[in-house]
Amino acid sequence: MEIIKQGEIVTSAWVHLGDDEPLPAHAADLTVSLARLLEQREPLLARAREGSGQVGVRLTPADELDPLLPVLPELSLVAIEFPKFTDGRGYSLARLLRDRHGYRGELRAMGHVLRDQLFYMHRCGFDAFELAPGKSIHDALEAFSELSVRYQAAADDPRPLFRRRSAAP
Amino acid sequence: MYQYDAHDQRLVEERAAQFRGQVQRRLEGSITEDEFKPLRLQNGLYMQLHAYMLRVAIPYGLLSSTQLRMLATIAREHDKGYGHFSTRQNIQFNWIKLEDVPRILDALARVQMHAIQTSGNCIRNTTSDHLAGVAPDELEDPRPYCELIRQWSTFHPEFAFLPRKFKIAVTGTPDDDRAAVRFHDIGVRIVEDDAGQRGFQILAGGGMGRSPHIAPVVREHLPYEHLLSYLESILRVYNRYGRRDNKYKARIKILVAELGIDEFRSQVEAEWEQIRDGALRLERAEIDRLKAFFAPPAYRELPSADLQLQAQALGADPALRYFVANNVLGHRQPGYCAVMVSLKAPGRPPGDASDSQMDALADLADEYSFGELVVTHTQNLVLPHVEQTRVGQLHAALREHELATANAGTLTDSICCPGLDFCNLANARSIPVAIEIGERFERLDYLSDLGEVSLKISGCINACGHHHVGNIGILGIDKIGEEAYQLMLGGSPGNDASIGQIVGRAFSRAEIVDAVQTVLETYLGGRTGEDERFLDYFRRVGLPPFKEALYGDHQAR
Repeated sequence: MEIIKQGEIVTSAWVHLGDDEPLPAHAADLTVSLARLLEQREPLLARAREGSGQVGVRLTPADELDPLLPVLPELSLVAIEFPKFTDGRGYSLARLLRDRHGYRGELRAMGHVLRDQLFYMHRCGFDAFELAPGKSIHDALEAFSELSVRYQAAADDPRPLFRRRSAAP
Repeated sequence: MYQYDAHDQRLVEERAAQFRGQVQRRLEGSITEDEFKPLRLQNGLYMQLHAYMLRVAIPYGLLSSTQLRMLATIAREHDKGYGHFSTRQNIQFNWIKLEDVPRILDALARVQMHAIQTSGNCIRNTTSDHLAGVAPDELEDPRPYCELIRQWSTFHPEFAFLPRKFKIAVTGTPDDDRAAVRFHDIGVRIVEDDAGQRGFQILAGGGMGRSPHIAPVVREHLPYEHLLSYLESILRVYNRYGRRDNKYKARIKILVAELGIDEFRSQVEAEWEQIRDGALRLERAEIDRLKAFFAPPAYRELPSADLQLQAQALGADPALRYFVANNVLGHRQPGYCAVMVSLKAPGRPPGDASDSQMDALADLADEYSFGELVVTHTQNLVLPHVEQTRVGQLHAALREHELATANAGTLTDSICCPGLDFCNLANARSIPVAIEIGERFERLDYLSDLGEVSLKISGCINACGHHHVGNIGILGIDKIGEEAYQLMLGGSPGNDASIGQIVGRAFSRAEIVDAVQTVLETYLGGRTGEDERFLDYFRRVGLPPFKEALYGDHQAR
């Protein structure tokens, strides 16, 4: 599928594997739920070691990060699901992953992801976006540049505006 | 007052351009009304019973005369010639066309205003004491901190989709809370500890609505440099753990109540420990930079004219006499006073001002008050810097525009929500009740005799009219298709915060104003003297004498 990644439209080959779907025999990049990741950690990571594809996790808004942390360095993708765009918990998860836990891999928003949320998501540290079905991915690209002023420190700029102001002559 | 720099200005211009695009996409149909709704809501645009309502932010209530003139222009060109000042120190226009909104936002941006986050499940306009910077009893001007919070909360990327709306209020007068901070999602009080160290007391989980709560203290004393990191910690805990399964349980007050204040505090403090010394830590230089914007205006060196004011208060012109007694407020600068301009003239919806009144007030602000005005949470306007010797002159000028109603702080200075005349949430009309009470108790000698008593009216349980904290509160309900009104007594929004108690069965529209009169007569007949205020009397005697008078026995049904 086409996604936005680091400001460009690219094709993603990641497969979002459901909890009741078996691990595929062939090579594939896979995301699984947090529960499945923790349950099948060894076979999943073994696939990655054998070159059968990368491993990622899909987080729901209610997931706690603590159980994920030991596995986090092994993951190539963390996807956070937005069941509804009005559910803002994923923004906090993203900031915690980036700012507190030092996660530098791909951080993808998926689910009910709409153009007008991309600016906030990007600021919280998301760098990849699967848009909700039926939405124009080309139009959505414009969302990143609509607002150029940022008051807060966030994942995209560690300095709040007041600090940048006082640094200016 | 705060002046935008190039960053602030660019932000409001870009926002106007962005919303133009969003409106365009809605009109073309490329986004659904469901998807458009949160976008328009974050721009203060509601769909009401008859039209769109646009709510414009007035940060901590502070307005320049230039800004007020622009609001008058918008009222004239895009509304029906009036605006409605709200309990959150904002202004609302009730008759707006969607396609006009981008142009209105452009016009607002030209005078450093916007409608950002005036609705929606995000951090709303930060409110404060309407006497900030001039009150004689103030410890420190809260407005620099309000502006800091405004900037921190504007387009905060993590907190744009909270479980529910979020309101922060700040007061710099610990002895007299005029900003109702205990009834906000977060209340901030500037305080001094026993050693005289200045800091913030942080309260959280207050609110009105269907389950009123007085905010408990989360932290007694927070050093100034940690204000934003502490707010961010509270918001993060709320964003992650506030309930999202039930709209009516989604406010932070429910989270605080369900966790208990101790558990809530420990979660906030644990979060704060992680970020307290990070990027949000404030530096003195930034506070000082903001403080400079709120430096006092170029006051003249004047002797106190208290005696002259007193003479006016005793003088022959009863209108001026009551005006001085009720609407003229103390000031920290000798020879000056703050003047409350009541928007509660008899026969008018509380909080409404016409375009010509707004223009006139802008001119009077220039002439008498260094071009500044403040919107109060009681839906009036204050001219904050008036020379005491010019009060008579100002009163005469206000009178020409029907702005000299001398009822500030009295019964008819009521708070009132728009109610069923405008709002699609309302169960009953509230404005006609306020107007009828205003007309019934119009006589200034009667109002003066009643003294300090507050009346607050909401048309539904959401409590936009603050009925829980009225000394007399009225709540409109729907009783099998008929408008009915519950009466509650004993509420107070201030330092002695309390939530009003329901007296008994609800009254019909035809009965409610008589019921208020009965309550007032009960008080007048029972008080020990003029210095026992309504609230004092109620706290002494409780509900029984009121029940007796209203229902004829002690068993109110």
